[in-house]
Amino acid sequence: MANFNLKVNGKNEQVDVDPATPMLWVLRDHLKLVGTKYGCGIAQCGACTIHLGDNAVRSCQLPVSAVNDQDITTIEGLSENGDHPVQKAWMEVDVYQCGYCQAGQIMNASAFLKNNPNPTDEEIEGAMNGNICRCGTYTRIKKAIKEAASSENA
Amino acid sequence: MTKIKTQYNRRSFIKVSAAASGGMLIGFSWLNGCKPNTSLDTGVAIPKEWFDINGYIKIGDTGMVTIFSPNPEIGQNVKTSMPMIVAEELDVPWENVVVEQAPLNTGFYQNQFAGGSLSIRLSWNALRMAGATGRRMLLEAAAKEWGVEVSSLTASEGVIKENSGERSVSYGEIASKAVGIEIPEEVDLKDLKDFKLIGTSKKNVDGRKIVTGEPLYGLDFHREGMKLAMIQHPPAFGMTVKDFNKEEIKNMPGVTDAFIIDTTIDEPGWFDEKGFNHLIAIVGDSTWELMQAKKAIKAEWETVSEPENSDIHIEKLEKALVSGEVEESRKDGNADAAFKKAAKIIERTYSAPFIAHNTLEPMNFFANVTENSAELVGPTQTPESLEGSVSKLLNMPLENITVDMTRIGGGFGRRLYVHFGVEAAAISKKIGGPVKLIYTREDDMSQGTYRPTYRSTYKAGLDENNNLIAFSVKGAGLPEGPVFPNRFPAGTVENYSAEKIKAETNVTTGAWRAPRSNFTAGAEQSFLDEVAEAAGKDPIDFRLELFNRAINDPIGEKHDYEAERYAGVLKLVKEKANWGETKPGVHRGVAAYFCHASYVAEVMDIIMENGQPIVDKVWCAVDCGIVVNKDGAKNIIEGGVVDGIGHAMYSQLTFENGTAKESNFDKYQLIRHSQAPKKIEVFFVENEIDPTGLGEPGLPPAMAALANALYKATGQRHYHQPFSTERKLVG
Ligand code: FES
Ligand code: FES
Repeated sequence: MANFNLKVNGKNEQVDVDPATPMLWVLRDHLKLVGTKYGCGIAQCGACTIHLGDNAVRSCQLPVSAVNDQDITTIEGLSENGDHPVQKAWMEVDVYQCGYCQAGQIMNASAFLKNNPNPTDEEIEGAMNGNICRCGTYTRIKKAIKEAASSENA
Repeated sequence: MTKIKTQYNRRSFIKVSAAASGGMLIGFSWLNGCKPNTSLDTGVAIPKEWFDINGYIKIGDTGMVTIFSPNPEIGQNVKTSMPMIVAEELDVPWENVVVEQAPLNTGFYQNQFAGGSLSIRLSWNALRMAGATGRRMLLEAAAKEWGVEVSSLTASEGVIKENSGERSVSYGEIASKAVGIEIPEEVDLKDLKDFKLIGTSKKNVDGRKIVTGEPLYGLDFHREGMKLAMIQHPPAFGMTVKDFNKEEIKNMPGVTDAFIIDTTIDEPGWFDEKGFNHLIAIVGDSTWELMQAKKAIKAEWETVSEPENSDIHIEKLEKALVSGEVEESRKDGNADAAFKKAAKIIERTYSAPFIAHNTLEPMNFFANVTENSAELVGPTQTPESLEGSVSKLLNMPLENITVDMTRIGGGFGRRLYVHFGVEAAAISKKIGGPVKLIYTREDDMSQGTYRPTYRSTYKAGLDENNNLIAFSVKGAGLPEGPVFPNRFPAGTVENYSAEKIKAETNVTTGAWRAPRSNFTAGAEQSFLDEVAEAAGKDPIDFRLELFNRAINDPIGEKHDYEAERYAGVLKLVKEKANWGETKPGVHRGVAAYFCHASYVAEVMDIIMENGQPIVDKVWCAVDCGIVVNKDGAKNIIEGGVVDGIGHAMYSQLTFENGTAKESNFDKYQLIRHSQAPKKIEVFFVENEIDPTGLGEPGLPPAMAALANALYKATGQRHYHQPFSTERKLVG
């Protein structure tokens, strides 16, 4: 057990956990931020995607001890009122079925669009390939990403 | 959440009587009951006071309306579409509506389950009545208030007006008075042509919560003071646990208890299917620590039945096809004799492996069992079955058990089975407090209720004029055979034989999205593609020819489908996809299938990129009767198509010594973004038939449309799923 000072969604948090604990479980069990989802625990599904600084990372593979002073953003902190362009596009396209994968999809898509505001279809597929949607909403996800991109560039 | 069960235990009933005017007249009895609203996301102000109209509807003094959605939401979008039906008949603006998940209440709601694509189909009338009763009660309250006849008033869009134009009152203003109104025995339902909401597209009512990460799912459920728990099951089917290093595990960090639970249910029902009755349970405070403790388990396992390998499964199926027990069959004419006379015979064998459901949210459940009560919260497709099984396990009357449903991170049939809820109850009872049981992905995938593995042989005989004169199918499954003897092409062929054969396995299996259809469609519809080709006929024309036979001069006593509707979706997809048009480099396949009372035809276009097939576009034509929520309906069909392509192409579960070799997404392949179709378009047949389901019917034809398009693209037929590993494709 050890103490860690974290900056999550702009707030300072302190947790006392085993240093090997993945951020996924620190967020879910200790900080009660359950928007970040568990799907596989082995970096295969993307359900646990969060932002570390500006980058999308798999929180199931990120030990709390590796975070240090880097900013962490989760789906709960992506925007104040659910009005991030990616969230808005997701609602506009009505992407989700069960919805369970979508926090991870949104976190990955929003980091991706920040680096590549005008992606091609192939680039979207490449960037999103690590995020499984078991319900098969892939065509809608792609559509929403394009809508978010064009609303950002408008 | 407070919970109120009605003190009555009667079911509302439907009695259709003669229509007096306008809409259908329906008589019924109605009981009140439900719980207060909590979440608000609408265009009207938050009410100070709420008035219970009936168990489905609550109206606030500002005109905000809460509609309770009775069935589990697994992604099929019933939490939006079911309340839409209520709101339609209540005649209230959708912007005024908030939706809440109702708890299990068997005394009041009916058919509170998510399975068989039945939610809308079974509740269509009940939901319409719920709304219409509300409207009627509000009308009566206004009539009483003003001392006029109900017939002099009209209710629309949340407002009641005098036909004379004199006075008007909103639902919110009159709701308090409607509470005292006696529940009417008969109400008018709207004429279909007067629908304003049904048939439009309304966005998912949980959309904002999903994109902002609010706690919605069972895995997100939290109760102050609750413990977390994990289970460890035996490493192979055919094994059971005898003992484990209990003391060592108990001493690990974050672990508060460890023991073996016995979850054996007396006289188990269909929903009690599970791999293992005895499980090691570990209880503690954090998921990560429990995961570490799980890894440290050293257990003594005992073999109780022969562990099986995938090779053995194939052998068993091959043997069953030759000499297995026929469970169900149909014979028209004499297929054997007709084959002897046939000018051409085509015979092909198809197979598919076990597959796991792999809902993205792994199995989990919250339970709080006390001396004389049990509270269960979590993701279940069958809350009533769960209640029954927990009642048996704890020997506790049903009345003392409550089940609340969370939003569910995928169902696909997996959560029809209740064992994980039962296990949570067993653990809670043992520790004497609230607990949330969590499966790891590996737990989830390696002790599933899998889609059975199947093998079928199809045979067709054509005469010298290329007419189909004989058809036979023999299908075996571990355990259930993949044959529906009275489905297409039954009724269309003079000499027809269908045999459904069962075989045994100790691997647990169950309903997986579109049970059996998820294999039969792929096999039958790619077989017919081959038969059409041998007959030198266009695959759509060939099928339409058969449907004509079923329409004009059907063979045999009955068949399970309506040939006109079947032909209807084929004609629609033919038109929408511009069938017959050829584009260089684009390869097309078609398939149609009927299951769960709905008809779906699909045309799929494949292009080859770097030697790899890419699904460029899919057209779907669907006949599910009246469509409630159009865009939501499209979404679920799109999902079915992607799911069908994914599982036909990539997924399989194989066994070695009774152990599933694939236990996470590194080995078990699920379809991903880059493999999904580039575009899917969905069209609905417009008619006035009562709605049928959509959760399953989109999937089965996709498997065959894919196989048929792949054949056009590569010249190779596909018989054995998953196609991506079928020998010739890779080597
Ligand atoms: S849970 Fe982290 S990638 Fe699946
Ligand atoms: S919406 Fe269900 S897993 Fe993506």
